[in-house]
Parts: sequence; C-alpha cells; structure tokens
Amino acid sequence: MKKKILIVDDEPNIIMSLEYTFKKNNFEVFIARDGQEALDILESQIPNVIILDVMMPNVDGYATLEAVRKEEKLNNCKVIFLSAKNKESDIQKGMDLGANAYMTKPFSLKKLIDKVNDLL
Amino acid sequence: MSSVGLIAILLFYLAFLFLIAHWAEKKDNVKWTNNAYVYSLSLAVYCTAWTYYGSIGVAANSGLTYLPIYLGPVIAIPAWIIILRKIIRISRVNNVSSIADFISLRYGNSRFLGAVVTVVSMAAILPYIALQLKAISETFHIVTQVPHNSLMLLDTTTYVAVALALFASYYGTRYVDASEKRKGIITAVAMESILKLVFFFIVGIYVTYFVFDGFQDVYDKASVLKDFENKNVIGGIEPAINWFFLCVVSLFAIFLLPRQFHTAVVENNRERHIKTAIWLFPLYLLAFNLFVFPIAWGGNVLFEGENVNADTYSLLIPQMFHNDFLATLVFLGGFSAAISMIVVSSISLSTMLSNNLLIPYTFLGKLKDKDQVVNNKTIVNIRKVGIFLLIILSYLIYRLFVLDYNLVSIGLVSFVIISQLAPSFFGALFWRRGSRLGAIWGIIIGFFICMYTLLLPYASGISNHDNSFLLNGPYGIELFKPFALFGLDYLSPVPHAFFWSLLFNTMIYFAVSVSFKGNYRERNYAEMYIDIDKYSTNHETAFVWKGTAYTSDIEKVLIKFLGEERTKRALNIFNVKYNVDQNQELADARLIKFAENLLTGHIGTASAKILISSVVKEEKITLPEVLKILEESNENIIINKKLVETSTELKRITHQLQLANETLVKKDKQKDEFLDTVTHELRTPITAIRAASEILIDDDEIPDELRRQFLQNIISESDRLNRLIDKILDLEKFETGKQKINPTRNDLVETITKTIEPLQQLIKNKGITVYFENNKSIKTVYDEDRIIQVLTNLLSNAIKFCPETEGLITLTISDKIDFWEISVMDNGKGINPIDFENIFNKFYQSDNQNIKKPIGSGLGLAICKQIVELHKGKIWAQNNNGAGACFTFTLPK
Repeated sequence: MKKKILIVDDEPNIIMSLEYTFKKNNFEVFIARDGQEALDILESQIPNVIILDVMMPNVDGYATLEAVRKEEKLNNCKVIFLSAKNKESDIQKGMDLGANAYMTKPFSLKKLIDKVNDLL
Repeated sequence: MSSVGLIAILLFYLAFLFLIAHWAEKKDNVKWTNNAYVYSLSLAVYCTAWTYYGSIGVAANSGLTYLPIYLGPVIAIPAWIIILRKIIRISRVNNVSSIADFISLRYGNSRFLGAVVTVVSMAAILPYIALQLKAISETFHIVTQVPHNSLMLLDTTTYVAVALALFASYYGTRYVDASEKRKGIITAVAMESILKLVFFFIVGIYVTYFVFDGFQDVYDKASVLKDFENKNVIGGIEPAINWFFLCVVSLFAIFLLPRQFHTAVVENNRERHIKTAIWLFPLYLLAFNLFVFPIAWGGNVLFEGENVNADTYSLLIPQMFHNDFLATLVFLGGFSAAISMIVVSSISLSTMLSNNLLIPYTFLGKLKDKDQVVNNKTIVNIRKVGIFLLIILSYLIYRLFVLDYNLVSIGLVSFVIISQLAPSFFGALFWRRGSRLGAIWGIIIGFFICMYTLLLPYASGISNHDNSFLLNGPYGIELFKPFALFGLDYLSPVPHAFFWSLLFNTMIYFAVSVSFKGNYRERNYAEMYIDIDKYSTNHETAFVWKGTAYTSDIEKVLIKFLGEERTKRALNIFNVKYNVDQNQELADARLIKFAENLLTGHIGTASAKILISSVVKEEKITLPEVLKILEESNENIIINKKLVETSTELKRITHQLQLANETLVKKDKQKDEFLDTVTHELRTPITAIRAASEILIDDDEIPDELRRQFLQNIISESDRLNRLIDKILDLEKFETGKQKINPTRNDLVETITKTIEPLQQLIKNKGITVYFENNKSIKTVYDEDRIIQVLTNLLSNAIKFCPETEGLITLTISDKIDFWEISVMDNGKGINPIDFENIFNKFYQSDNQNIKKPIGSGLGLAICKQIVELHKGKIWAQNNNGAGACFTFTLPK
C-alpha cells in the first residue's frame, strides 16, 4: 500500500516541487495551504508523514503540530518541519513541541526524501 | 421656669456638646472638623458671656464704650496673615503648646520666665473665668426667678460649675502631648459659636421688630431719654484717648489671651485656614454687634426709672412679655459663650500650670525615674486635677470677691493684665536683642503696676473701709494715687492702668535687654524665631550646641515619656531626615533639639531642656561662637539646597537616559525582527527556485509540460526576489532620508486613472467593480511617480482583500480646504482595530507574533507612509462601518 504524506505550505511553487517529487517516490500526496486546511484533512486521513511549514496565514505550523500531538489517532504520524526560520530557538521550539525532524529552507529534495524514508 | 426644669435643659445641652465633641474625635469625620470654618468659628471663643450680656450693659449705661473691644481685634486681624502665620510656624516647629512655652522658649528656654508667664496668665484669667460663672449663675437665677442662695452648697449654680469642671477636665486631657490637636473640644466650641450668635440674633430681632417697630422706632424712643446724646458721642480728646487705649488693649488681647493663643495657634491644622479666618472672624464680630444697640436702648426705654441690671436686658425684655421660651434660648446662648471660654481657658491654663510650673519645679524628679505608663498617667492627672481645680477656684473667687462687679470691668482688668506679655511676645517675633532678663523684669514690674492701679483698688473696694487710699493716695502722697498715678488724672482706671504698666514694662524690657547681654541660647532662639521661614523644614540644624552626648542616653529619656515604639519610630524619622547612621553612638546638636522637641509636648520646653541636659555634657560656648556657627549652618543650608538641586537634576537626566536607552533597546529589537523577517522573505523564493532546479537537473523523464512549468516558476520567483530587494532598498533610502521626492504640478484625477490602468486585467479577472467618479481635474503639486506607487499599493491591497464575488472598490477625493483627502475603500472583511497604527510598520504582523505570515511583502504600507510623509501628508487606516477597510491619505494643497 502507498504511504500517505501531507504537505502543508502556503507557497504554491514550493508545493509543486514537493508534490511532484513525493508522487514520483510513490507516495499518496495530500496538500494543505495553511494549518487550518491541514487539520481539516486530518479529520479524515491519517498520513504517515506530515511536512509542515511554520510561517503560514491563519493557523501557523507550531499550532498545527500542537493540535496534531493532541490527537490520539495521529500518534504514529511523523512530522517534519520545513521552514525558512533557521534560528536555534525556532528549531528548539519545533522539536520541543514534538516534531520528528526540522529542516531549514532552502532545502535539498534528496535529503528530504532520505529523512522521510529514515523516519518510516 | 423651675430650677429643676432649667437644670434638665442644661444637662441635655451639655450632653449634646459631649456628643458633638465625641463625634468630632472620630477619624471618619475629619473633613467636617478639620476645615477653615471650624477654625474660624472656634476663634469666636473671644466672644464670652461678657460680650453676650456685658456689651448690652455698657451700651445702655455708657454708650459707645462697648465698641473698642471689637474694634481692636478687627484692626489687628489683617496683620494676622503675616504675624499669626509666623507664630504658627514657630509653634509647630518647636511643638509649642501654650503662650508660656512660646515666650519662655524664645528667651533661652527659661524655666523661670515660663513660670512668670504662667502666674501672670492665671492672675488674668481666673477672675475672668469667675466672671463667666457669675454670668451663668446670675442669669440662671433670673430665668428661674429664684433668689440667689448665700449658702454655696444649696445654690444650684454651684452644681452647674462642678458639672462644667468635670466636662472640661474629661475632654481637655485626652492627649498626653499637649501640642496634639483636640478636635472634639474645638468642634464643640465652633458649634457653640454658631449657637450663641443665632440666639443673640433671635432676641435682637425679637426686641427690634416685635417689641418695637424696627431700628428707627428704637432710636426715636431712645433719643428722647436724657443722657442719650451724651452717651453716644465720643466727646472730646480725653474720652478719645480712653477709647484709643481700650482699642489697643483688646488688640493685644486677641493675640495674648491663652484661649486665643490656644485656638488660633495650638489648634491650627493648616496655615491656609488663616485666610478664611481673616474675613470670617471680623464678620462674626460685626454680626455680634448688630443688635447690641437696639437691645440696650430698647431696655433703657422699657425699664426707664427702674433699678435693673442693664447686663441682663436680653433676658428681662422677653420675660417682661412672658416669653419664657425666648428667655431660655437667650440663657442657653449666654451659657454657650461662657462654657466655651471656661473650657478652652482652663485647658490652656492647666497645660501651662503643668508644663511650665508644676512639672519643671516639682514633679520632674519623680517623672525621671518612672516608666512611660506611669508618667503619662501622672501628667494627665496633673492636668485633669488642674482643670478641675482652676474652675472650682474661679467659682470660689466669684462667690467671695466679684459678686458685686459688673461684667465688663472684670473682663477689662483681665485684658490689661494679660497685655503685660505684649512687649516680650512681640519682641520675640521681631527683635533679636530682646533678652531673658529684660522680659522677666518687664513683665514683673508691669504686673505689679497693674496690681497697684487696678487689683488693689478693686480689692479695697470690696472691703470698702479704706477709701482714703483711693482718694488721697497711700499715706496721703498724691503722686501715688492708684487711679491717677503721677498726676495722670483724665484716664479712666482701665486705660490708666494699661498706660502706666505697659509703659514701664516696655521701657524696662528694652533697657535691660540693651544693657545686659543675653546668653548664647537666647541668641540662638532669637535667630530661629525671627528667621523661621529659613528654618521651617530643618530647624534642628539651627540649634547650636557643643559637648558630648550619647544617643543611647537620650533614647532612654525619650522612652520614659514616649514609650519604646514611638521613640524608635521618631528616631528612625530623624535618621532618615538627616541621613544619620542608625548605630551612631554620639549625638549631635540636631538630635538634642529633636529630642527636646519630642518631650516638649508632654512636659513643656523648660522640663524638656532640663531632662536632656541631665544626660548630656554641654560645653559653654561664647556668643561670637554661636553667631559663627549660625552663619556656617546657614551656608550649609544653602549648600545643601544646591546639592539637592543638583541631585534632582541628576535624577532627571538619569531618567532621560533610561528612556533613551529603552527606546534604543526597543529599536534594536525591531531591527532584529526586521532582519529576521527579511531573511525569511528572501529565503522563500530561493527555496522554490532551488527545489525546481533540483528536479530539473536530476529528473530526465520529466514531461515537457511540467519542465516548462518549473522553468516558469524559476523565472517568476527570481522576479519576486528582485522586487523584494528593490523594495528593501527603497525603504532604506526613505528611512535614511536619501530618497528625495520630485514634486511637479499634476492632475490627481489623471494620476488615479493612470494607476488603475495597468491593474485593469487583474480587476477584471477577480470580477471586481472599481468605482471612481471625478470629472473635473484637480491640480496640485506632488511627485507623480511616487504617488502612483502609493496608489498602486493601496489598490493592490484592496483587490487582494475584496470578497471573491461582488468585490467593490471605491476611490474618492475630498476637498478639505487645506488639503486633499484620497481614500481607497474595499468591501472585504476589514482590519482588526488594534492593527490600525502598526499596520504601517515594516513587516508588521498582526497579533505581534512573528510566526504568522504577513500578506504581501510586508513592506508596501511602510513605503506608502514614507512617501506620504515626505509630501507632508498623513496616512491612516480605518474600517468602513463593518463593510471593509478604508485607507486614506492626505496631500497638502
């Protein structure tokens, strides 16, 4: 069965690259433009991995992760932050909230795929 | 009316006063009791039973002579604003609680002078209190129409006197510290001042308008009586001189009477209360005199040819018409006048008696060895018994000596005796050279002359067997005739005694002061009294003292009277005030003065000095040394003042620096946030470019369509990157002032049209209607390119926030006389009002969190603001009554 991945980002061009790459790597891809949309999708889907941007309109990435970690059925979801915020404190905060990894933008698609595969 | 009935009314009335006093002592009522009106009315304790009944008697018997008693104070009162203020300040600073303290402290804190002043005051005031009791007693008998009982114990007025004595001794000794304010008593006195005036008015109106037909009628009927003319003109130079002296005597009395000193100085809470007193008090005196003349002459008309005491007209007239109710009211008014005088006088006398006579001469040794509780009890008991005995003694004086005299004569004798304090009292305020010896001898000699020219003749008048002494002088020596000393025979006895006693008193005061140098302590206090304004906040520094003293010894003495807790608190205050180390072993001059002050309220100035001297070792200082030290301390005060000024200046600068620093820190934080956001914004397109490039380079199988799309993305993200960099540079130029504008004359309508043009396609795509109607051209001066930049920005925002269907953007230009106002409105969801101001800050994000994405680059509105401000206009945001956002900017014409 195909692994499921949820990509949460507000930049259409970045989404496009991510979507193409993960589809090519045999993932079933879901896309959300902000935290709210992501949480809506998570009502009905339990993805294996969530790629999460931090700075987004409405519900930001940190808040999204907090909501995810409260949901029991999403316990096995791996969450990778993918953000241009690269300060030590930002990364620490993401990890403290329960992320499995934190990658900074700009990023290498290859390394991202490796990270996702590692986590699974 | 029956005796029992009247006694019942009196008891009821006394109970009412008790209640007032009790109520006033409560903290909650302080705004009713601590105000200028209560203060001013309490001064009216000046108007005693003598005023209430006696003025009428004088007006009826000798015409205008009753007036000087009121004119004197009225003349003196305007000077209060300077003199009384000074006295109050000196007294407050030194904890003075009586006139004896005030005078003796100035002349080197002299125990003997304090005792002399006390004795003179007692001699003056005891007969005066007796006079009040006489007034109460006689009027009591008139109202009850019961004859006076020659057996004292069977006479009801005896018991009235005892009740009064109890009331006064209970309420007069609530505090051990005599310089404390007695709100209860003072409020009761103020209340009585109102009552006595009101009752006097009532009887005045009754006589003038009910018994007679107004003032004119009284005058018409009185003017036909014989002697009317005679009594109601001054009539020549001799009576005029008599008049003059009577004025001066009462002018002094208003300052020197112990009860006046007590109400005006000791009980003064705020200096500003004087301002009210200087108009209210004279007005009160004037009001009191309004009906004296009609009652007096009305009485003369009604009782013509009968032998009645004119003093009691105000009672007899209502009684004549069987108006018992009114007679009782009048009686109560007189009673009020009498008891306020009795209570206040006995309090001030007993304070002097205890603090200036009994404690320093007898009790001090005992007090020194006991603890605080015992001491306070002893002090209060001395005063309590003192007040009680003073009133009882006065009653005895009345019963034994003054039964036969009318009210005014005894009152004036009191005034003349108390005037003996005038030279040393006023000298204390204005003359540095005045000395202790001068004051003592002046007062003693003046007092003896009074005795000789007034008391002796009156006393011999009572025994009534040695009239040749009055008529021919002692041993037939004409020159020493008591009523015509040295042949001065045209003055009446009171002005005569006043003239000679005060003449000698003043001359001796001056002569002795000039001839014998005072000691350094006198000179020290002279300086402090005369220049009180200089020392009123730190008078301890003006005290000169040299020697060895230990703080612990002084503390021990203080504890004996103030108790442990109050002493500790007081010393703490002292240490803080003068920045003295708490563990300082040796005491300096300031602490000695401070300690003396603390004790003064309890045991008087003289005893305080004696007590403190007993635990310290003082070295003698010469007069020149004192003067030198005073000069130095004066310089110190000036230097101190300068230091304080400098330190306030420093504080101010420090505060400014702090503010500047805070601003800098805030700016620094803003800069960090700005950089943070800028790098984030720059990284986003780079990320997209990098990801697309990675796919293109690694993936050969990518379909052509997608490959093109990725390449297209790379181009558009590169453009975005470039625009962002442009904007950042733009903003930087504006903010640092490098960007100049290039204003030319343009047409606003045309500019707006020009702005909308390139956005038409976008507007069409989103199905938005743009409403802009303005036909005539509006010419004004601005930099067109920059204003287009502003308008484009606002329009782009509006387009972005318009709802997906039926979007509407309205552009308006309004003429505001001095400027044009251009607004861009959309019909979107509007702006959160808390963002109205910050929305123009670069990279501002709502909620003040830097994790939410700003919409757009976050720089557009910041640039708009810079441009508009360069045009000297304003830009702001508001909501359009819940129907979208509205951005407005102005351009000056």
